[in-house]
Amino acid sequence: MSAARRFWAVFVARNKEFVRDRGSLAWNLAFPLLTVFGMAFAFSGKNQEVFKVGVVGEAAALPPGFAATKYVQFVPFESEDAAQTRLRHHQIDLLVKPGRPLEYWINETSPKGYLVERVMLGTDAAVPKPSRGTVSGREIRYVDWLVPGLLAMNMMFSALFGVGYAIVRYRKNGVLKRLKATPLRAVEFLAAQVVSRVVLVLAVFAIVYHGSDLFLHYQRLGSLLNLYLIFALGSACLVSLGLLVAARATSEELAGGLLNLLSWPMMFLSGVWFSLEGAPRPLRLVAEAFPLTHVIDASRAVMTEGATLSQLSSHLAVLTAMTVVFLAVGAWSFRWE
Amino acid sequence: MTAVLEARNLVKRYPGASANAVDGLSLAVREGTCFGLLGPNGAGKTTTVEIMEGVAAPDSGAVLYRGAPIGAAFRERSGIQFQETALQDKLTVRELLTLFGSFYPRVAPPAELIELCDLGEFLDRDSKKLSGGQRQRVLLAIALVNDPDIVFLDEPTTGLDPQARRNFWELVRLIKARGKTLLLTTHYMEEAYALCDEVAIVDRGRVIAQGEPDHLLKKHFDGVTIELPKADYRAPAAPLPGKVVERGGAVEILTSEVDATLAALMASGSALARLQVRPRTLEDLFLELTGRELRE
Repeated sequence: MSAARRFWAVFVARNKEFVRDRGSLAWNLAFPLLTVFGMAFAFSGKNQEVFKVGVVGEAAALPPGFAATKYVQFVPFESEDAAQTRLRHHQIDLLVKPGRPLEYWINETSPKGYLVERVMLGTDAAVPKPSRGTVSGREIRYVDWLVPGLLAMNMMFSALFGVGYAIVRYRKNGVLKRLKATPLRAVEFLAAQVVSRVVLVLAVFAIVYHGSDLFLHYQRLGSLLNLYLIFALGSACLVSLGLLVAARATSEELAGGLLNLLSWPMMFLSGVWFSLEGAPRPLRLVAEAFPLTHVIDASRAVMTEGATLSQLSSHLAVLTAMTVVFLAVGAWSFRWE
Repeated sequence: MTAVLEARNLVKRYPGASANAVDGLSLAVREGTCFGLLGPNGAGKTTTVEIMEGVAAPDSGAVLYRGAPIGAAFRERSGIQFQETALQDKLTVRELLTLFGSFYPRVAPPAELIELCDLGEFLDRDSKKLSGGQRQRVLLAIALVNDPDIVFLDEPTTGLDPQARRNFWELVRLIKARGKTLLLTTHYMEEAYALCDEVAIVDRGRVIAQGEPDHLLKKHFDGVTIELPKADYRAPAAPLPGKVVERGGAVEILTSEVDATLAALMASGSALARLQVRPRTLEDLFLELTGRELRE
């Protein structure tokens, strides 16, 4: 009862502090909006001049004349199902399976698919006559694919630095020492920091997502509620990671260095900008260890594949487990001074 | 004499330090009094007071509150003003009082605190925009927010201008008048003299003298200080009946034989126009006991 009251008092105070800090608040809103619109603008042009052809099976077995076609990029796939999903979403233009005869599939609603089919049939791939299959599905634009990653990346920075820096600053200037001298317990203080930041991150997410949706008209195939759930859990996980870093650090420089050390690899290896499906296996394993990877994979699955809660369960379980571990270790190693 | 708070044989050494910061220090604070820890910077005052607050742990020794070792419950009965504390940014004075008040099961009526510490003028101001004196009053109000029995003030007037310092002293007297016990550290001997019923002079982690300020002075000194500018002083041929110390630009003669000293000075040809005779102070006592200045 009194623990809840103390938690609530710190939570309210922290929120006031943040909302009154106009500079940070503006930045927390402006930065994600800028990245989303900037990227949407940058990739809105017809800049994908290259045709993408998915290959299931041995790429070396492709008819050499077709394989040598300029401006065609061949993307290897291990599973035919995954490749067909890509084809349905217009992420590849044609799917081929080398053999005698060659098998191929196109998306009949895709103009690029039509063109690349004509190109292929003009090469040595036309003999012997290949077998043709079709799939259908709406195009997933790059922006629909990209936006979960951008939102997640912004969430990561806000969660890690917002909490980590604030706590280290408070430790340095003695605010934490003053709080230590009251009956306030560390776990109450930390819980208030986490909840305050999660609420803030979700508010920013809502504003940025729905705000940009008005202009960019996202094609979200899955449920909005699931998207919120992923971001709530993801932000709790990353805030806890920020707490863990800030548990003992006494200088902003040290905390800043550690946070950068965590956030930069996550920014590049969690699939914000490009998919890691074709990346070497060790790199993918490293990416699996990042909370951000799970946030992005899960939210992208909701956006572009309409994934259901049960399909998301493994990502959600990993995020929950990481949150629990980070929080427990962070609270255990936390020092007021 | 009932001690409300007692320190027994406190020892504390910081990692890597060559000497103990607190070196077997004991003291007892009586209920309803103002107790002063007086000493130069680095004497171990802050470490001692933080151990007695329960904020730092001693390497050995114990702190007793009403005869029992201090524990978690002591936080609810004590109020603390640290030497250097920032306040949360972006919160007003009123919000800070509410925040800290909500940590305690029992609180002093806010209106009373605001009146006592005279916060009315800047109650809705961002804590960042307060003057030094205003800040100290807010920090004191926060220390009093739980209506504590015992209040710790660690160098509360360091860095304040003389007017703000005197205002703060007035405030401390009002708090004492409410029956609260105070433990104060300072390196201003006039502050200790003005506020404290009892002082302990601390040097190198030890208490080197303890008692009521007047008693202490009487016990160690039975004379006065005769002071004159160095330029005016001519050393007499025969030794003076007292101790001669050079201090800054002045010569101080510590003596109980005023007449004989003055006669000798006159005979030596010293100029006496700027000579002063004054009673001994705690600062003199510190110098006497340690051979060093209080404020180095």
